[in-house]
Parts: sequence; C-alpha cells; structure tokens
Amino acid sequence: MSDAAFLDLAGLSLGYDGRPAVEALDLSIKEGELVALLGPSGCGKTTTMRAVAGLLQPMGGRITLGGRDITRVPANRRNIGLVFQSYALFPHLSVFENVAFGLRRQRTPKDEIERRVAEAVAMVGLTGFEKRLPKELSGGQQQRVALARAVVVRPRLLLLDEPLSNLDARLRLEMRTELRRLQRELGITMVYVTHDQEEALALADRIVVMRDGKIEQMGPPEAIYETPATDFVARFVGFENVFQVKDGQLRAGNGAALPLQAPVDGGTAWLAWRPHAVELGQGPYEGQVLGTSYLGQSVEYLIESTVGPIKAEAPAALPRHEAGRTVAFGLPPATAAAIPR
Amino acid sequence: MSSRMGGLMLALVFLFLIGPFLIIIAAGMSAGETLAFPPQGLSLRWFWAVFEVESFRASFVLSIGLAVGATLLALVLGVPVAYALARYPLPGGEAMSTLLTSPVIVPAIIVGLALLRYVVIPLDLGIIPALFVAHTALLVPYAVRVVSASLANLRSDIEEAAVLLGANRLQAFFLTVLPNIRNGILAAFILGFVTSFNQVPVSLFLTGPGVSTLPIQMLWYMEFTYDPSIAALSALLALMSMAIVLVAERFLGLSRYV
Ligand SMILES: Nc1ncnc2c1ncn2[C@@H]1O[C@H](COP(=O)(O)OP(=O)(O)O)[C@@H](O)[C@H]1O
Ligand SMILES: [Mg+2]
Repeated sequence: MSDAAFLDLAGLSLGYDGRPAVEALDLSIKEGELVALLGPSGCGKTTTMRAVAGLLQPMGGRITLGGRDITRVPANRRNIGLVFQSYALFPHLSVFENVAFGLRRQRTPKDEIERRVAEAVAMVGLTGFEKRLPKELSGGQQQRVALARAVVVRPRLLLLDEPLSNLDARLRLEMRTELRRLQRELGITMVYVTHDQEEALALADRIVVMRDGKIEQMGPPEAIYETPATDFVARFVGFENVFQVKDGQLRAGNGAALPLQAPVDGGTAWLAWRPHAVELGQGPYEGQVLGTSYLGQSVEYLIESTVGPIKAEAPAALPRHEAGRTVAFGLPPATAAAIPR
Repeated sequence: MSSRMGGLMLALVFLFLIGPFLIIIAAGMSAGETLAFPPQGLSLRWFWAVFEVESFRASFVLSIGLAVGATLLALVLGVPVAYALARYPLPGGEAMSTLLTSPVIVPAIIVGLALLRYVVIPLDLGIIPALFVAHTALLVPYAVRVVSASLANLRSDIEEAAVLLGANRLQAFFLTVLPNIRNGILAAFILGFVTSFNQVPVSLFLTGPGVSTLPIQMLWYMEFTYDPSIAALSALLALMSMAIVLVAERFLGLSRYV
C-alpha cells in the first residue's frame, strides 16, 4: 500500500442533460484501500461510480488512475470492474460463461480460461454450479457470480454499487464478511457504495459520507462514528437526538429551547446524543413517554419534550417507564458528540 | 341457467369464427365440377388438382420467396430501429414510434396506392422489386413493434456489464442483447411471413401480367374458372397459416408479442 493516490477524482462534476447531480468532487484513494461511499438515496453515489467506470462522461473535472488521466478513456479500455446492484448477469449464459465473458474478450487461451474461471468460481464458493443459468440461482448465488465475473479479469479497481441491498439480513452479514476476506486476499482496491452505515462501518478502511452530490465528511470508521463533523453526518450514523447550541440553550428546529445541563466549549455549534447516551429516570428535564419498543437487550423510549421527541435507550433489566407516564431525563454534554460547526 | 346461456353464446361465437373455414373445407372436398355448398359428393380430387395448376405453383414460389425476403429485410431495418427507440429515449421518440407503427393502423389499400403512385411509378420499378419494397415497408412496423416488446423486458445494464468486461458497443449488442431477444425476432419473422404471404390489398396494385403472388393469382383464377380447386387451395393455405401460428404459440408464446 503506497501513500500516493491510486484513484484520484479532481473537481469532478457530473449531471444528466446539464442538470448537475455531483458537484466539484475531490477524492483520493490509495492502492489496496477499501473505501465506502456512504449517503442517502439520490445523493449521487451511483452517478459517481458510473463516471469512474466510464459509463457517464463528466461535465467537468479529471479522473486519474495509477497516475494516468483516464477521463476520456472509453469504458471497455479502463479495466475497472463494477458489480451492479441488479447484478446484471447475462441471462442466456451459464455461470461458467458469465464468468468467462471478460477473459474471452481478452482472447485468453482456452486452458487458462478454464483454470481461472474454476478458481474464481471456487473463490466465491460456487464450484459445481458452473452449468446453471442465472435464473436457476438464488439471489445470494447470483451476487457471487457477479463478483466472480468482475474479479476474474483482475481489474485495477473494483466498484461495488450497493451489492448486498437485495439480499436478506442474514445473507448480507455473511457476504459482507466474505467480501472483506476477498479484498484482503486479492489486495484489490475497492470502492463500496452503500446507504447502510452499519455496512460501511464494518467493511471500510475509510468512509466518505456524501450528501446532495458533495462530500460531507471523510475519515476512518471510528472518526465518522464517534466525531461526526456535521449534524447531517451525526443523524446519518445514529445520533438520533441532534440539537443546535445557542446562548447556553439547546434549540430544536421549531425554535423551542432548553437550558443546557452543563456549560460547553465556546466553539460548539451542535450537540448530538445517541439514544443510549440520554440519561433516563434522572436529570433536569421532564417529558411524557409516548411509546416504548422492546429490543431484547434494551428498551427504546420515545419521550415528548419541549424540544420535540427524544429517543432514549435503557438496559432491559432496569424498571420500565410505561407509556403515558412522566419521566425525568438528562442530556449531559459529556456523553454527547460536539459538532464545531 | 346463466352458465348454460354463456355456453350457448360461446358456441355461437365459435361457430361464427370457424364456420366459414369448415364450409370452405367441405366445398373443396366436393366431387362435382363447380364450387358449391353443400358439396356434391365427396372426393379429394380438387386438393390434388391444385398442385397441377402451373400458375398456382409459380405464384406460390414467388409468395414464399417474397415473404421470406421481405420479412428478413424488414427485420434488418426494424431491429436497429427498435433498439434505438428502446435505448436512446430521444426527444420525439414517442412520436417516431407512433409513426413507425402507423401502417398497422392505416388501411393497407391506401399504403399500396401511395407506394404505387410515389415510389413504384417514379422509380420505374419492375414488378418483383416493387412487391419486395412494398412488402418490406409494410412489415417494418410489425418488426419494430414485436422486437420492441421483447427489448422492453431486457435490462440495459447487461450491455454495460459487457462493456466494462472489455466488449465494444457492437460486441455488447451481438453477445448480450441479440441472444436475449431471439424469441422476439423469431416471433416477428413468423408474423411478418404470415402477413406478407396473405397480403392482398397492396399486392393488388403492384402485380401485373405473368407475375403474381398466390392470393392475387387466386383472385384472377376465380374470374375465369369456378371449380372447387379454389376452395381446396384456400383450405390448404388456411391450414398452413394456422399450423405456423400454432407452432409459434407453442414454442415462442407468440401472443405475448402481438
Ligand atoms: N439516468 C438519470 N437521468 C436523470 N437523472 C438521474 C439519472 N440517474 C440519476 N439521476 C439523478 O441524479 C441524482 C443522483 O442519483 P444517483 O447517483 O442514482 O444517487 P444514489 O446512487 O446515491 O442513490 C438524483 O437526483 C437522481 O435523480
Ligand atoms: Mg444508487
């Protein structure tokens, strides 16, 4: 893993029919790195991936791969792999022929095709399925074929666009682990697109959070999870209670305010609490329990307060606060993430 | 009670649809010398007689050749058009699509007249080239429509996947699109073939002395000869069309495309 940028997007502007979707994006990725592109639906993740792959011509900016400007290189000459959210398997070809497709385009000798396809199919655990058609496979198996088809040609860069979003929860977890193992084994540089923060945290060396076609924050998973740089990132990574701080008060979007429980650093613009960081049963504030949900290990409470609904979580072993009851709660700045701007 | 009424209605409709066909078969099986129903005696002699008529044989060959050739050309022109309409939603693509399928709605006799007046006469085309051009023009809309229906079910991202694996646009089309719309193309071929083979109004304007398609030849024949061979031939042709459509339905699900 060298320190120089392997994939470099510089001032990349993308759009459809002149309508911008991604604006002046700057992003550098190192060789061998697994970067997750995280953001809500419609923020421009797919658009960015399509531009990197060469399926969408940028309106402005430059794409460099391994030191070479590839902005104008056609998609079939880039040797960049893309795993589509829909898998995009060739419906009329067997698993073997799907995986062999790229090797055949490179006029690879026949025995080498046999060997490399067998290797790739084994790597994704589908040995014995070579003769099946895509429609004779489950969703998870199709996903694996798509992956084998993309990596068998040894692409310089592998892009994955929400590759697990069509799988059920258990399979998603399993495939996630497998992807990580594969990436380590092959040492391949990957950009992994997802709208699922948990997936990004579990997989990535580095997370890039996108919003409305711009980068909101990037950094290692711990930094994104613990010290969000903006209120948007905070909400996106599970801080359910985010308030603006002004004149010693917590302010909600509707203008309502609560006095701060303890003084905070002058540079703090926002405070954000995860549900479990809210103190329940004690503290300077009061609210009415609107509802509870039992989560197994813990219980989640929705509490009506002057600054709107507060989401709190307490261990299931503690006595319950029933819906309709008034409960005291606290929002200690010490358990909050402080957002400077 | 009402279900019995329904059954009766169904039987009447069925009789109405199939009745003429049964009458033609019966008339063709006549042993007599003139076309009549009910037939005078029973015999298959007129079915054999059909094959003895030289003008029938010649026009049958022309009709087959014309149907195959015009359908193939219509597909060569229609498949790229259908593909372009499906993949590149141009401004006005909708209008274009309507325009291209319009001869399906416009009465064929008007198409025939227009082709004669503005294409065949100014270009001084011979009878066979004229028939060829006219039938192709008539079949392109069918080809576009049927192939479009089959393209609509095909995701466009498989072509992109092919391109990212090193295929150029043309390879992507031939390796990933064409094999997946093969049934649609076959269905379009069969529909085109049957349409061309049974075509009367357009051909009527364009055929001339000595050169004629089979349906037109049958019209001429009836002007002079009124024997049961014409009924026998009609029955044979109807059976052929039905067989083709049934086989196509069985193997391609033809009705999905039209
Ligand atoms: N083919 C397209 N034509 C026009 N606009 C598009 C197209 N694809 C995406 N967009 C628009 O571009 C923006 C980004 O979309 P996309 O990159 O698909 O988001 P994401 O993958 O993050 O969900 C959205 O506003 C979307 O409506
Ligand atoms: Mg997307």
